[in-house]
Amino acid sequence: MLLEIDDVSLLYGRIQALHGISLTVGEGEIVALIGANGAGKSTTMRAISGIRPIATGAIRFEGEDISKLRADLRVRRGLCQAPEGRGIFPGMSVLENLDMGAYTRRDRAGIAQDLNRVLELFPRLAERRKQAGGTLSGGEQQMLAVGRALMSRPKLLLLDEPSMGLAPMLIQQIFTIITEINEQGTTILLVEQNAQQALARAHRAYVLETGRIVKSGTGAELLHDPSVKEAYLGVA
Amino acid sequence: MTTTVNPPTPEQQQGIGTRLRHGREAISQRWHDAPRWVRWAALVALIAFFYALPNKEFYQYLGPIPTTGSNFTQVLFTVSIYVLLAVGLNIVVGFAGLLDLGYFGFFAVGAYTVAVLTSPSSNLKTLWPWLLVVPIAIALTMVSGIMLGTPTLRLRGDYLALVTLGFAEMIRIAAVSSDFLKGQRGFNQIPHPPGKYADGKPFFGVLDARPYYWLVLTLIILVVLGVRNLTHSRVGRAWISIREDEDAAQLMGVPTFKFKLWAFASGAAIAGLAGALFAGKQNFVNSQNFELLNSIIILAAVILGGSGNIVGAIVGGGLVAYMIERFRGIELFGTELYEYRFLFFGVVLVVMMIFRPQGIIPNRRRAAEFKDRRKEVIVGE
Ligand SMILES: Nc1ncnc2c1ncn2[C@@H]1O[C@H](COP(=O)(O)OP(=O)(O)OP(=O)(O)O)[C@@H](O)[C@H]1O
Ligand SMILES: [Mg+2]
Repeated sequence: MLLEIDDVSLLYGRIQALHGISLTVGEGEIVALIGANGAGKSTTMRAISGIRPIATGAIRFEGEDISKLRADLRVRRGLCQAPEGRGIFPGMSVLENLDMGAYTRRDRAGIAQDLNRVLELFPRLAERRKQAGGTLSGGEQQMLAVGRALMSRPKLLLLDEPSMGLAPMLIQQIFTIITEINEQGTTILLVEQNAQQALARAHRAYVLETGRIVKSGTGAELLHDPSVKEAYLGVA
Repeated sequence: MTTTVNPPTPEQQQGIGTRLRHGREAISQRWHDAPRWVRWAALVALIAFFYALPNKEFYQYLGPIPTTGSNFTQVLFTVSIYVLLAVGLNIVVGFAGLLDLGYFGFFAVGAYTVAVLTSPSSNLKTLWPWLLVVPIAIALTMVSGIMLGTPTLRLRGDYLALVTLGFAEMIRIAAVSSDFLKGQRGFNQIPHPPGKYADGKPFFGVLDARPYYWLVLTLIILVVLGVRNLTHSRVGRAWISIREDEDAAQLMGVPTFKFKLWAFASGAAIAGLAGALFAGKQNFVNSQNFELLNSIIILAAVILGGSGNIVGAIVGGGLVAYMIERFRGIELFGTELYEYRFLFFGVVLVVMMIFRPQGIIPNRRRAAEFKDRRKEVIVGE
């Protein structure tokens, strides 16, 4: 397993946001994490990327326990997150933002190659390479956040609601790109409100409810699960 | 000084009117459009101007610029110290985005280190020469910066502002009340920097402030070159990313704590250098030199000039320190204008915050960051 989360709890002060969740992500998979607002999806991502310390449990990456590792060192191991709410650098240009994605890397040739790949995936970013990140439209910022995370050439890419705030056309497009990135060899853990799309694209998925994993299975299984349908797919 | 100025060509002349309307943008555009050698010549002329400035033969022709209430060369020295401090604080506040409210405390650490190790009034009686103590003062300020930063920089939010404020006040109280730091009585006979003229007279004397000013000016140039190099490197990129979004910076693999500590400690080191220079000139250091307001003045200078921009910090530091001194000896309704100086800065800061929050000479990125924040406010979520 590339990533194993074992009985992890996380506290925000006295509020417990995760109650012993366990999940795994295998090499080459797309794994989706779905759940209602406030279920703890972003919190799970923060625990994995390391910007929030966990209270109990263990997070293993490539078999090694990284629970105590600093966030920036996890990036060096090949774990990169495109944060919820984009989190791009507003004062930096599109190119500078992408360059920050490659901050941990020193292989110039490889970086240039990945930059081309990202600009090919997102032609909109190529058109606006000199524009300040903060002045991009919401959708463009979303693309930039995904592109920037790709620039670190991660083994595991964590995407927190990449389709948030996008027009239906663009949602379709971003999911196509996610599949494409995956086919090119990047493992993906995907958090989504857009459960329909996420389950359709994911190999496996987990359902999170108030800090607990309540269901798991293949994407197709969950897509046809009556309770999932009712709660997350908006069909009775 | 001679700088050659080309007569404007017709199309340039035609452009001037429209360009003027765009104000500062036009000036900066012209500056960037100008050929390299013009920019170099202008820069050299500007630096030469500041080296020439403390000579009476030169400044007597400058109309109202020389101060009336106090010795102009002395004022220039004070102004240069403030500029150096503003350049240092700009690293902390402007580049790394850390709010340091007690920056002057590091200046005090630098000055007192020199005083304690060189002055005959010190309990230590080491009587070391000034030049030997300067690196010690810088190192010690840096260490105090690291000691202060290590616990606080791990935390987010306003802790740093509070802790630095407390630090500066602690230093001041220690200076006032501890026997070791001599309170009001202070330290005297602090040695000057070394150096002699050909005839054996010391270069750095008691009456003439010019050599000290030239020394600080030279150091400002060196420090600015160093800081400029830093900001164009990976370090600078890391600082900017932390300032813009600390979580995102960490998610990109930037060791944020390490870089914040570096910014904080290098800022402190520059303040320590300034303190050591101040002590070396002043000959006398006591607790009255380190009022809390000084920290606020420097912070105001950095913000006024354009936080995050080295030129902005220089202009802000110079302008603020100069204005304070300029107010001396001018009377308004029977009171020296100098007494109103903080009122004046309060008003200026408020006006700036409303009309030009990014400062006189804004940083391109900072401007975009401000725009971005405004957008967030309007959009809501
Ligand atoms: N910094 C914080 N301090 C305190 N509580 C927090 C903090 N961040 C999140 N929480 C709480 O933890 C819970 C889980 O939040 P989280 O952001 O993980 O939800 P989510 O599943 O990502 O929701 P959404 O779909 O709305 O993004 C929520 O109840 C939230 O209020
Ligand atoms: Mg979320």
